[in-house]
Amino acid sequence: MKGDTTPPTSGGRETRPPAVSFEDIEKGFFGVPVLKRVRFSAQAGRITGLVGENGAGKSTLMNLLGGNLQPDSGQLRVNGSPYAPRGSGDARAAGIAFVHQELNLFPNLSIAENLFLTEFPRAAGGLPWIDRRKLRDRARHLLDQVDLAHDPDTPVERLPPGERQLLEIARALGAQAHLLLLDEPTTSLSVRECARLFDLMHRLRTRGIAMVYISHALGDVLNHCDDLVILRDGEVVGRGPAAEFTQERLVSLMVGRELNQLYPVRTPPPVPADSRPREPLLDVRGITQPGRVRDISFRLAPGEILGVAGLMGAGRSELARILFGLDPHASGEIRVEGRPLEGGPRRRIREGLAFLTEDRRHEGLCLEASVADNLALVTLGQHARTPVRWLDLPGIGTAVARIRDALQVSTRVTDAQPVRTLSGGNQQKVVLGKWLLSEPRILILDEPTRGIDVGARFEIYQWIHRLADRGSGILVISSEIEELIGLCDRILVMRQGELSGEFPRGEFNREQILAAALHTSTS
Amino acid sequence: MTRPLPSRWIRRALDQAPVLLVVLVLAGFGRMSDRFLTPDNLTQILLQAAAPVIVATGMTFVLLTAGVDLSVGAVMFVGAAIAGKMALAGYAPTLCLAAMLAVGLAGGGINALLVTRLRLAAFIATLAMLFIGRGLGRWITQTRAMNLPDTFLHWGSANVLGIPGPLWVAGAVVLIAQLILSRTPFGRQVLAFGNHPEAARRAGVRTRPLQAAVYILCGLCAALGGGVALTQLGSVSPRFGEQYEFDAITAAVLGGTSLFGGRGRVFPGTVLGAILLKAIFSGLVILQADPYLYPLITAVIIFVAVLLDSLRTHLLPA
Repeated sequence: MKGDTTPPTSGGRETRPPAVSFEDIEKGFFGVPVLKRVRFSAQAGRITGLVGENGAGKSTLMNLLGGNLQPDSGQLRVNGSPYAPRGSGDARAAGIAFVHQELNLFPNLSIAENLFLTEFPRAAGGLPWIDRRKLRDRARHLLDQVDLAHDPDTPVERLPPGERQLLEIARALGAQAHLLLLDEPTTSLSVRECARLFDLMHRLRTRGIAMVYISHALGDVLNHCDDLVILRDGEVVGRGPAAEFTQERLVSLMVGRELNQLYPVRTPPPVPADSRPREPLLDVRGITQPGRVRDISFRLAPGEILGVAGLMGAGRSELARILFGLDPHASGEIRVEGRPLEGGPRRRIREGLAFLTEDRRHEGLCLEASVADNLALVTLGQHARTPVRWLDLPGIGTAVARIRDALQVSTRVTDAQPVRTLSGGNQQKVVLGKWLLSEPRILILDEPTRGIDVGARFEIYQWIHRLADRGSGILVISSEIEELIGLCDRILVMRQGELSGEFPRGEFNREQILAAALHTSTS
Repeated sequence: MTRPLPSRWIRRALDQAPVLLVVLVLAGFGRMSDRFLTPDNLTQILLQAAAPVIVATGMTFVLLTAGVDLSVGAVMFVGAAIAGKMALAGYAPTLCLAAMLAVGLAGGGINALLVTRLRLAAFIATLAMLFIGRGLGRWITQTRAMNLPDTFLHWGSANVLGIPGPLWVAGAVVLIAQLILSRTPFGRQVLAFGNHPEAARRAGVRTRPLQAAVYILCGLCAALGGGVALTQLGSVSPRFGEQYEFDAITAAVLGGTSLFGGRGRVFPGTVLGAILLKAIFSGLVILQADPYLYPLITAVIIFVAVLLDSLRTHLLPA
């Protein structure tokens, strides 16, 4: 796949100026440096992978290119000429387009309208009407380039997420972009959709388009990028052709220390499951909700980390929502230490349940509220003094400070800062911290490390272990089988709303788990 | 995401809710009184709906951007007060109506300024404008009713090709608005902005002029609607234009425009919404319903409108 073009490599003398180059870029916020003399470039017709932990400075680099921020010093160049954008208009004019993790499409408008929102072809005669036919033709032309076979008049709300991603790229092509920045484009895509995206990226490469690809999926980065740039704490700590890197080397460069293991060792090793029949912490018996889950039964012991594997839509998140009382179930029973569990989330929190949702931005956090407020949210009631339920603010402050330090939320973050401004890893730590403060006995984690870098992941795993060691039961839902294998004592597999497999530690086998998740039954 | 998709017919019913409601209301009142479904009364309903339709059309644009304009009735009142004073001072009726439109432009312009430059919440900014406008109007009229020269009433009752003048104006406004909304870049950008303002900004839409234009358009429509009402009434009372903000917002929302922005249509939606409102109150008058019932009916209408909006927002794919 690689090498179908022969662009200059970083070693040779470059005859053509790079599509974009960062020359000793520095940027700080409130005296804290975020970028330190960053120097690298991306060539036309090559895919440059940009990797680094959350908070390493990737987003800041993107914001500089997009004109949302201006560097303190240093020079940006596009195709060799100086480039000092003051807003998204300048970026567009310079042929730079962004494909963000969160899509910037308008589901209420048609595909064609999304593609040409600011460049509608006008009808002849000076009237302000849109020339519908020309619009459709041009849209079809762009759709062909990204292999989307839809009618241009289809509303975008009918497209699955993967195709919306391709549509974003089509929009960039329509804007005559020669430099495409893709920021974590694969997080919400299925395997097949990812393959389609990479396929398109390879084709764009042959057309001479420069791409900067940001991702935490290091395997993808190594497979599909030509050059790599590794950022750590605002510094470029490594760059060169992708062939010179291995996953291990990338991780150690990103983290700045050798990470021999991606998963921490469980210090008091898990008690053998068959030692003696213990009272299960959580006892789920025959939970059924039509259309969601069918006849789910399992037990969760104190101190156990139980994984739930399965494909998207297998009913894992639905099960978690039912357990936490967010959704109803038609039949079956949930018991906690022998007592039936009833009521909504409020009562279940009081029973010691905690639920870290898969969608941390929308369900897990109040984005505009401060770090401290978010941390204190779940346990506010405990800090309310009787009889007037006055809040014990100093008490909350101490508790928040304790958990924040324990979680090692980046020191660049202040308690008063809105959570919206934090990196993904730090946001997830805040969600986790919020629940840790309530000292849950049963913690349900839905995709706890999605979109989170290696270092922060490790810390989250450590916290999961610590909680389990204290006797809490943990239910971890993850789409990464490796993560479940590395973390869990036992793994349940779900398929089409039913349990389709159970694997105790020692019998973990990637292929078998995947087979149990995939096995297509038509019954 | 975890919510099951509603069955197809529920979605279709929600899509067609304005039509269904109109049919239901017409059929209902028709059964209760044989004086309701007469050509005369239906024409009367349409005539009464003409001014609200015009005001609601402007309101639809504002609502599509997830904003709101509570000042439309007050703008109508100030415009009518100034036009009335001018008419009584002997100015030509055309000049009076032109002055009214200028007031609408100015009112919309101030709203636009408050929302886009000072970044005030539209709800509060236009609420303030409502009180300012009402106060200003009362000061201009000295809280006295003014009877205008007959020319106004002649215009209001004039027929062109057998169709009353106010309906021509309303029809033209609706047609132009619908074309703007569906056929011009501006219209499509309004929908885009209402759906996802930040994405619109990132896509290169000039969002501030766009938002400003929407409020100015709304002010202009309010003044035009006021002008039509003026020619129909022939007088300016201290209560001129009162409750028009309610009529306009309810008509638009009943017609399927979302308070959350990004979804809605002038035709048939807003038009049907306005007709629906006037049909209900016409029916109540014909049935000689207890006047104390009216506020309750109004409450039910608001409730139904907002409930429909909420159902649409949560049940239809986003």
